Amino acid sequence: MSVQPTDQEAIERSVLLTHKVGLHARPSVKLTKLAKQYDAVIAIKPDDREDWTDAKSIVKVMALKAKQGVTLHFKAEGSDAESALDAMVGLVERNFDDGGD
Amino acid sequence: MSQSPPTVGLVIVSHSSDVARGTAEMARQMVGDEVTIVHCGGDPDGGLGTDVSKIVEAIDQAWSEAGVAILVDLGGAETNSEMAVEMQPAERQDRIRILNAPVVEGAVMAAAEAAGGSPLSAVQATAEELMGQP
Repeated sequence: MSVQPTDQEAIERSVLLTHKVGLHARPSVKLTKLAKQYDAVIAIKPDDREDWTDAKSIVKVMALKAKQGVTLHFKAEGSDAESALDAMVGLVERNFDDGGD
Repeated sequence: MSQSPPTVGLVIVSHSSDVARGTAEMARQMVGDEVTIVHCGGDPDGGLGTDVSKIVEAIDQAWSEAGVAILVDLGGAETNSEMAVEMQPAERQDRIRILNAPVVEGAVMAAAEAAGGSPLSAVQATAEELMGQP
């Protein structure tokens, strides 16, 4: 599945990653599980990366190794793109509902 | 999510029953309860090893119409799993895959992929993709 932009409108949102250990294993699992609940094509790009990554791919999201303090950009395209981005940004803002350890 | 499609079941096979149990537990805690994860390990006397009949039982318990993915550690775990697969009914055999991925990391990746209702081929691809990461 391509995550590169197409001619259709894609919408974007950004959010600061504040979770203290960053986008590690459990947050990555939560993010990709949530992303897969939407039909929209969803891509993620931390500030320090050049390319967009498929937000539904657990292996690729984990490989980003995004750290605390980086801004995460999300881009979505599809009928439920708006609510998909709300969900993505919300999860990051809530620190992945991680009780912390 | 009101409707839940059948999810691929997972079987964890290790020489050590503790490793198998711990791997299943870790994947379950990280991913959730959507995926059936069955573990088996150790020989019938409680030592290290794997046992074909236990693997056959584990596949039965994990069975789903979407198929079953098996994670194995070393040597006998793989060959015994292959034998266990061959002992399954013919109509099941093309829906059972032994994944080429490290048992712990592969189990978490496979479970994460399976949880979304992905087909067996996608579950296999995701767990095996891990090996190609830098």
